[in-house]
Amino acid sequence: MDINDIIKPENLVYTKPRLMNDNHMHYCPGCSHGVVHKLIAEVIDELGMEEKSVGVSPVGCSVFAYNYIDIDWIEAAHGRAPAVATAVKRLMPDKLVFTYQGDGDLAAIGTCETIQAANRGENIAIIFINNAIYGMTGGQMAPTTLIGMKTATTPYGRRVDLNGYPFKVSDTMALLEGTCYVTRQSVHTPAAVRKAKAAIKKAFQNSMAGKGTSMVEIVSSCNSGWKMSPVDANKWMSEHMFSQYPLGDIKDI
Amino acid sequence: MKTEIIIAGFGGQGVLSMGKILAYSGLMEDKEVTWMPSYGPEQRGGTANVTVILSDERISSPILNSYDMVVVLNQQSLDKFQSKVKPGGILIYDNYGIHTPPTRTDIKVYCIEAMNATFELGNNKAFNMIVLGAMLKLNSIVTIESVVKALKKTLPERHHHMIPMNEEALRKGMSLIK
Amino acid sequence: MEEVRLMKGNEALALAAIRYGCDGYFGYPITPQSEVLETLEQQMPWETTGMVVLQAESEVAAINMVYAGAACGKCVFTSSSSPGISLMQEGISYIAASELPALIINVMRGGPGLGTIHPSQADYFQATKGGGHGDYHLITLAPSSVQEMCDFVALGWDLAFKYRTPAIILADGIVGQMMEKVVLPPQRPRRTDEEVKKQCPWAATGKSNGKKHIVTSLELDSEKMEVNNERFQRTYREIEKYEKRYEAIDTEDCDYLIVAFGTVARICQKTVEMANEHGAKIGIIRPITLWPFPYEAIAEAAKHTKGILVVELNAGQMIEDVRLAVSDKNMPIKHYGRLGGIVPTPDEILDALTNELIND
Repeated sequence: MDINDIIKPENLVYTKPRLMNDNHMHYCPGCSHGVVHKLIAEVIDELGMEEKSVGVSPVGCSVFAYNYIDIDWIEAAHGRAPAVATAVKRLMPDKLVFTYQGDGDLAAIGTCETIQAANRGENIAIIFINNAIYGMTGGQMAPTTLIGMKTATTPYGRRVDLNGYPFKVSDTMALLEGTCYVTRQSVHTPAAVRKAKAAIKKAFQNSMAGKGTSMVEIVSSCNSGWKMSPVDANKWMSEHMFSQYPLGDIKDI
Repeated sequence: MKTEIIIAGFGGQGVLSMGKILAYSGLMEDKEVTWMPSYGPEQRGGTANVTVILSDERISSPILNSYDMVVVLNQQSLDKFQSKVKPGGILIYDNYGIHTPPTRTDIKVYCIEAMNATFELGNNKAFNMIVLGAMLKLNSIVTIESVVKALKKTLPERHHHMIPMNEEALRKGMSLIK
Repeated sequence: MEEVRLMKGNEALALAAIRYGCDGYFGYPITPQSEVLETLEQQMPWETTGMVVLQAESEVAAINMVYAGAACGKCVFTSSSSPGISLMQEGISYIAASELPALIINVMRGGPGLGTIHPSQADYFQATKGGGHGDYHLITLAPSSVQEMCDFVALGWDLAFKYRTPAIILADGIVGQMMEKVVLPPQRPRRTDEEVKKQCPWAATGKSNGKKHIVTSLELDSEKMEVNNERFQRTYREIEKYEKRYEAIDTEDCDYLIVAFGTVARICQKTVEMANEHGAKIGIIRPITLWPFPYEAIAEAAKHTKGILVVELNAGQMIEDVRLAVSDKNMPIKHYGRLGGIVPTPDEILDALTNELIND
């Protein structure tokens, strides 16, 4: 099979999702954001929601999510994405409304909005990227940073007596009566990616069915922030993050 | 024609709602009206007062130096507002709980026994309507008919059976002014 | 149908919003403006016009909900009082920077800090000079009656949509809490989805015809961000050119001029009536738009006067704009203010006028 055969449409085995554009991504090689973006783009297309979706992007590395996925977007102030999504969904109930937030945005500055929106049972989906570090601002401690983990603001490792405990947000969210689906996934292997995609699809379907708030946490790597190669970062994530943040459904009703 | 009134007493005496009914009655007569309360924690147990202005023309200030009619329903309010009656103006007070009566001689002072009258009527909710009746007897700012019309407008339908009782209280109040 | 009612400024404002065809309100209770949310909840407009009403978890959430609604091209508003408005400043800056139309109500109470729940005008600087971060302005409307609380809702939204910029109604606690006769406008229908798309082709209402909409205030390329800022400034110059509003009372041949806004201007009218009895000719200028500020009107009125008294419920804020308006630097411009929630009486202001200017 030469190149002319390979590029024939019938031999196509993989393609970039239709709703992902060709803009040059600012994410670091090895970052989980790109994979999750791809999954969201695929799911929206598969659900036929291209013209009926409004995404809410956060402040953090994924602030520019709107540049890569071709749907309508509103860029929220730091931490306020669930409040923004609340209003969008209430004012336009026929739209698919989701937020895309990192651990600083969702679990530190935006904890109040996140919990309150979920507790009201807003019919939105929250995609939560947990990489245990502030990537955009240069690798400072996040609420989800592990004990002992070195960051720019915990140069000798996170200490409980100084910085408290890693915040298990999804477990907290699952306790709220307004949430219908809370799951923790990852995208570090092809099998994990398939599971994460199914979770995102379910979350989106739940919100369109008016079942309440869904949250999909993606335990992610930040090889730049963690100062590792992408391969080492994935290995470190499997060995350290998953014990603190075990994968699987926490709530599904 | 413009009438500037202040009604003052304890929170819970119905001061604000009395002022509101008076203002609404003015509206029924197509007058310009302003109802300006003291608001906040004062309402809860402390003193409350409300300024009511009824006028045939556009009303300027809701805050006034002095009033055509001052209605005081406790000693604190009497002490505070006695000096605010315009010379020749009217001061009405309920004698219940008053130990130091007003002393001004350049105004018309009326002591009414509104609290006693509520006991006579056997209805302690009638107090503010009795006071309003006395006010209307002294200065026909609005007609009783307008007050009844205002009550019909402001009370929910389920309370309309209480309107005759309110009318009785108004007339009782008028009879207190001899 | 038009309707004559007796109601508080806060209540009139809520009903005016429903009747304008508002799509959504997001707010958090705070004295002295909680009647806005309470009235809306009592009215249940979601049953009639389809308007959304939501008690948010905080002022911070509320203003970001307003940002979101405006980003969808919807006609949305929030209301609060001074400390709550301070909390909203980041969101207001975002709304201005994203060139979104929105209406914000501040029924001012005395500060700084938690301060008092009593009336104040001490947020003049905050409303007219920016408030949040960055170079922006809010169209600032100062009502002085319950009727204006009602009317400025429509005016605020009309201007906000015309210029794609947020407007604020800067009311003092008095005009929020007092009841007056008010003529409510007829009910207008809410705009249909098609009408929203036509009026706001930039709105994030879902892609249409392959065109995607992004609402953001972020621009990391400084060259482009400067272009954005220049565009905002052009809009502000347009607003300054066309939207200055004020009321002038007896300013043509007055000896002295009073400048006051909101309820205070009405108290000053009573002062003027008293002064006239003593033979003094006093004029009043009541700025209705505090931004854009009616500099020219004050300059014109000041030409014939011997002095100006600026009366405010603050320690001297609008007086800075009055000073900017008057080119004659020898003109006495005095301030009379009460602080902490105290409202001056007409004779207090007359004393100030007499002592500071007439007998000076």
